[in-house]
Amino acid sequence: MDARGTDINTVQPQEKQYSYLNLGPTHPATHGIFQNVLKMDGEIIVDSEPTIGYIHRAFEKLAERRPFNQITPITDRLNYCSAPINNIGWHMTVEKLIKADIPKRVQYLRVIIMELARITDHLICNAVVGVDTGALTGFVYLFQQRELAYEIYEEICGARLTTNIGRVGGFERDFSPKAWEKIHRFLDEFPKVLKEFENLLKRNRIFMDRTIGVGGITAERALQYSFTGPNLRAAGVDYDVRVAKPYSSYEDFEFTIPVGINGDVYDRFMVRQEEMWQSLSIMRQAIDKLPDGPYHAEIPDFYLPPKEEVYNNMEALIYQFKIVMGETDVPKGEVYHSVEAGNGELGFYLISDGGRTPFRLHFRRPCFIFYQAYPEMIRGSMLSDAILTMSSMNVIAGELDA
Amino acid sequence: MFDPADENVIAILREKYEDQVLLTEKHYDFLTITLKEDKIIEVIQHLRDHEGTKFQFLTTLCGIHHPEQGQIAVMYQLHNMYNNSRIRLKIYLPQEKPVAPTLTGVFAGANWMERETYDFFGVVFEGHPDLRRILNVDEMTIFPMRKEYPLEDQTREDKRDEMFGR
Repeated sequence: MDARGTDINTVQPQEKQYSYLNLGPTHPATHGIFQNVLKMDGEIIVDSEPTIGYIHRAFEKLAERRPFNQITPITDRLNYCSAPINNIGWHMTVEKLIKADIPKRVQYLRVIIMELARITDHLICNAVVGVDTGALTGFVYLFQQRELAYEIYEEICGARLTTNIGRVGGFERDFSPKAWEKIHRFLDEFPKVLKEFENLLKRNRIFMDRTIGVGGITAERALQYSFTGPNLRAAGVDYDVRVAKPYSSYEDFEFTIPVGINGDVYDRFMVRQEEMWQSLSIMRQAIDKLPDGPYHAEIPDFYLPPKEEVYNNMEALIYQFKIVMGETDVPKGEVYHSVEAGNGELGFYLISDGGRTPFRLHFRRPCFIFYQAYPEMIRGSMLSDAILTMSSMNVIAGELDA
Repeated sequence: MFDPADENVIAILREKYEDQVLLTEKHYDFLTITLKEDKIIEVIQHLRDHEGTKFQFLTTLCGIHHPEQGQIAVMYQLHNMYNNSRIRLKIYLPQEKPVAPTLTGVFAGANWMERETYDFFGVVFEGHPDLRRILNVDEMTIFPMRKEYPLEDQTREDKRDEMFGR
């Protein structure tokens, strides 16, 4: 009995109340358009309800109305941080369907571009993890290097972000001397900057405290959720499409697949970091071993002839007309081709009924598949950790929403 | 046509589910098996747990509309990471009432993939914990990836299909 006459032994605490926090759709910390309604107990996340589809553009439906070469620009807009991988993955799917024989030089050039794209993809992700832990410097510093990489794309295909690089069968033109100069400059300058960035964060006590043990997922759960790419490898599974089913001559190169242990933010950061070093090594190997030869395959039914040929040669004119009007005969068939994109296994499941457009084209988008594990990964953590988990998973809205 | 590894998978499947297998074929080096829809989950579980197959990873899942047959197919693609082999399973459902059992009890990752298939094809996955639209707006009344919904406005007269060989 206290002074006011209430028995403290019978007093019940106030009924527990949760608060709801609407994170997104447009929130600067989510780096894209994602909405999460978080159920919070104080600062602890009890549950979350993600809503996606804010930038859905019906790519699978669009693809059913487009000739094969017009689908390449659609693939740009999936994971726009590494558009060349998507483009080349699509070209290889069509080449598989038509059973085209691709020259070694084209395959090596593709490897160079794809690894460059992987570097730009991981670079953004890791720089953003830095930003979300409070280190803006690394982000700004690395973006100078990304600019160099984008200049290389520009030199090769004329575009920077949505690259539409290459054609079915190879590249539209050979790499110019200036492109080679820029590639060598990148290979020369980037490692120093990357090392500096790594030194800034790798053994940084603040960074380690913020990332180790945060947003983790076990290998079993990751496989249950069909994770692929760096997020799966950070959990300790060494699955990489480049090794599991080599495409574009990846079997010719020596590289290791970094794996993590805990699958937390720090492991994902380190896996991406190491993959960038491996990508640099693959690029160097490809340049050293680069064979001579043509920069495109001899498939006149699909590869546009040079313009002067079109004006002076009847046959070339016919091919040009057929390709541009989408009159080329395509074999019937069902093809699945997958590439190791920035975020994991990017698959193209293509059903052709022999018509000018695909009968059905399904994109296996790694982001869409692993983002569904996000509520489980942030349950019980703090709001600031949820932000960090999302950026370290590298969820790209374009790939998520197709 | 089939290599020994495929023969092995087919034999394991036929041993227990002989009556379920409708068609085995190979598309561009990819083993494709068409099954009846009623025991599909059991079959996938069997392929996952059997020592000889170990398809323990769901790569992807999607719908395919075949209007000329009046059917909607659901395609499952599984991956055996031990010996790096893949398999594609297909079931065909009537387009008027496409109902399939849910795979969410076997693979957690099937959750959103099935929601996407429902959203675009209207395939109802029975037993799914949260079968709602995922990419389209909730108010949508159609299933847009079905072939009867054309992409372009059919009343337009400036784009004539015969000019483009469509």
